[in-house]
Amino acid sequence: MNHALPGSRSPRAFWALSVLGALVTAAGLGAAFFMEEHGHIVTGMNNQIVWGLPHVFAIFMIVAASGVLNVASIGSVFGKAAYKPRAPLSALLCIALLTGGLTVLMLDLGRPERLVVAATHYNFTSVFAWNVFLYSGMYAIVAVYLWTLMEKRMGAYSKAAGVAAFAWRLILTTGTGAIFAFLVARQGYGSALLPPLFIVLSFAWGLAVFLVVQAAMYAWSASTVPATVHARMRNLLALFVIGALYFVAVFHLVNAYFARQLAFERFLLVDGGVYPLLFWGGYVILGSLVPLALLWHPRFATRRATIAAALLVIVGAFAWLYAFILGGQAYPLDIFPGYRVASSFADGQVNAYVPSMWELVLGVGGLGVAFLITVAGVRALPFFPRDDDVAAPRVAAAE
Amino acid sequence: MSVDRGRRQILAWGAAMAGVTIAPGITLFDLAHGRPPAEGVSNNVRWGMLVDVNACASDCDACVVACDKENGLSGAKTATSAQWIRKIELTAPSGQTRSLPMMCQHCADPPCVDVCPTGASFKRADGIVLVDRHTCIGCRYCMMACPYKARSFVHEPLTDQKTDVPRGKGCVESCTLCVHRIDRDQIPACVEACAATGHKALLFGNLNDPSSEISRRIAAVATVQVRADLRLDTGVRYQGL
Amino acid sequence: MLRFGTARLGGRLRMTRTVALLALAGVALLAFAGDGGDSRVPVPKSPIASDAGARCVEDTAFMRRNHMELLKHHRDRTVHEGIRTTQHSLANCIACHASKETGRVTGSKEAFCEGCHAYAAVKLDCFECHTDKAKAAVTASAAATAASDGAGQ
Repeated sequence: MNHALPGSRSPRAFWALSVLGALVTAAGLGAAFFMEEHGHIVTGMNNQIVWGLPHVFAIFMIVAASGVLNVASIGSVFGKAAYKPRAPLSALLCIALLTGGLTVLMLDLGRPERLVVAATHYNFTSVFAWNVFLYSGMYAIVAVYLWTLMEKRMGAYSKAAGVAAFAWRLILTTGTGAIFAFLVARQGYGSALLPPLFIVLSFAWGLAVFLVVQAAMYAWSASTVPATVHARMRNLLALFVIGALYFVAVFHLVNAYFARQLAFERFLLVDGGVYPLLFWGGYVILGSLVPLALLWHPRFATRRATIAAALLVIVGAFAWLYAFILGGQAYPLDIFPGYRVASSFADGQVNAYVPSMWELVLGVGGLGVAFLITVAGVRALPFFPRDDDVAAPRVAAAE
Repeated sequence: MSVDRGRRQILAWGAAMAGVTIAPGITLFDLAHGRPPAEGVSNNVRWGMLVDVNACASDCDACVVACDKENGLSGAKTATSAQWIRKIELTAPSGQTRSLPMMCQHCADPPCVDVCPTGASFKRADGIVLVDRHTCIGCRYCMMACPYKARSFVHEPLTDQKTDVPRGKGCVESCTLCVHRIDRDQIPACVEACAATGHKALLFGNLNDPSSEISRRIAAVATVQVRADLRLDTGVRYQGL
Repeated sequence: MLRFGTARLGGRLRMTRTVALLALAGVALLAFAGDGGDSRVPVPKSPIASDAGARCVEDTAFMRRNHMELLKHHRDRTVHEGIRTTQHSLANCIACHASKETGRVTGSKEAFCEGCHAYAAVKLDCFECHTDKAKAAVTASAAATAASDGAGQ
């Protein structure tokens, strides 16, 4: 009973994939349990670095979840035909990534057993409280959207649902950026540019994830993505990468010149050690410039180059997030501008952070959750894009 | 003139000695007259603290030690240890060095309260900013938001907490202005300890009462709020900064 | 969308469903069959430390059912409003109910809180933050204040 992939591999292969995903997820859950039992002292996080590697994973997944739905939006909202068959897969990936990201976020809480409290006590000046509704609403809207996409009778409503999903995820990603934007006291955050920056980043990261998953699915089923589709998505990814690079540049320029956080910017971009390395080497070069070359240079006009570019964009995303989240906390909080300070509580010092294995396993466990959901969904329902201009062999969905 | 001054000094010293000797168990300042236990707090009172930076000594950490003892903190200074109050050594561009204690500033418009998703971080009616650990889920957003890095997270299971100061793994915490003492008409432990050393750099009282010593002092001398640019209207003010 | 296909598949599913229902029924029967008049596990009797009259502020049956509600309301009033009456305060409960030998309400099956909670299989969360040891000084003054709290106010 395989609806999913024409000419696909055996059910046993799918089970093997699921077992792999389940093992990774189980390891992540085990790490979370260990962290909860012993407290965060077993992690690298402390009173100066309060958000660490798990948050890098979680925020990547949440931002990518929002962005991956873009593929569907381009089909439903902007009417581009090449993207319409890809819309259901995009919606599935949105749900999968969102679940993975939220899993990591919730398991990293100091008191994860208090999720019921979080669901019943709300302080609406807090972006986190808004996020509870934005994320659950996202599930609901995407579910409805999926229904309109996959149920023939509801097809007429798919545009309306698509518009709603598009608007909702813009608000959601604005909320994700606002988490940091509202931290007015921190030199590395507190900027109105963060919500739009996160939105553009979500476009790039989401499309990169989609390309990777799409390529894997086509390879698994021994098909090829139609050439026109491939060309369009490749150009689009390049465009999003440039857009993201632009917004990152403007964000840092504004932080330096308008907010006058010169010392912090120098730390992050020049002499902060691992952070400039990750920012320039990981994000700018590996995560933006090399992918751009791979996507646009005529010599690299192959599908493999596109996937390599997409993978590098994802690597660059992790690098940027690490520099953003950890770098913003590593630099000492400036409580007394103009003074040099010292104390027993790391005032005036750059804070060191060494991620522990538990945090890494938890973060990867979240990826495992997203992977499991994708594999299960793809196996059970027809998410494989059905293109009309067929360069790919299609097997009639026989049972 | 000089005779008057001499007499005044003797009187002042005598009063100070008497006060210091009997300080430990007794309120030094005019508090809101004993609120009955069954009555809740109100915003008639706004508790505040004034730190005299000139009187604060670099080599003294009596306030920190007292806070640790009163609240059952370990006193350790590792990266994961809770520190509700800390001494900060400042060096001005001119080279002048000063010392002052930094703790939760008990802002009237606290960023930590704004960002807490469950409302666990809240401001009591009398101005004390607290964490309701029954509702705290340990997300640490308030720690990111605090401009003074006043909050600590409990990174490991605790035992032998003080009866009046419940605290535990997975929740965030910070200076409570010794709320359990204030509710019994006493003053914060740090203020008491500082007075006992003789430095008397800390003054505690009701900011809403214009006749309280702290209000009178704030009206008389120049005081600042740390990070005044954020306009948080802190309850802790600094004199001589 | 989802097609369950053949009759053979349907038959397997039906069988699974029947087995599951039977198992559920079996478990339910076992649950009802067990108890009744004679409990196999005796209700814990916990020794109480207090010499302050040996009477709880409320009666036992009421406390067994409602102590959590009392504590929950009281804690909100204490934390948010600074109301520190002692009649329903956790510290006061512990002061009376702490065991004579250990001075604690947890730590063994005979301890006051832990004994009943272990019996009822309800997880105790309080003592991750609250100390389970009686504050010695509270005992004496608590009795006096509790009396005046109840009488006056």
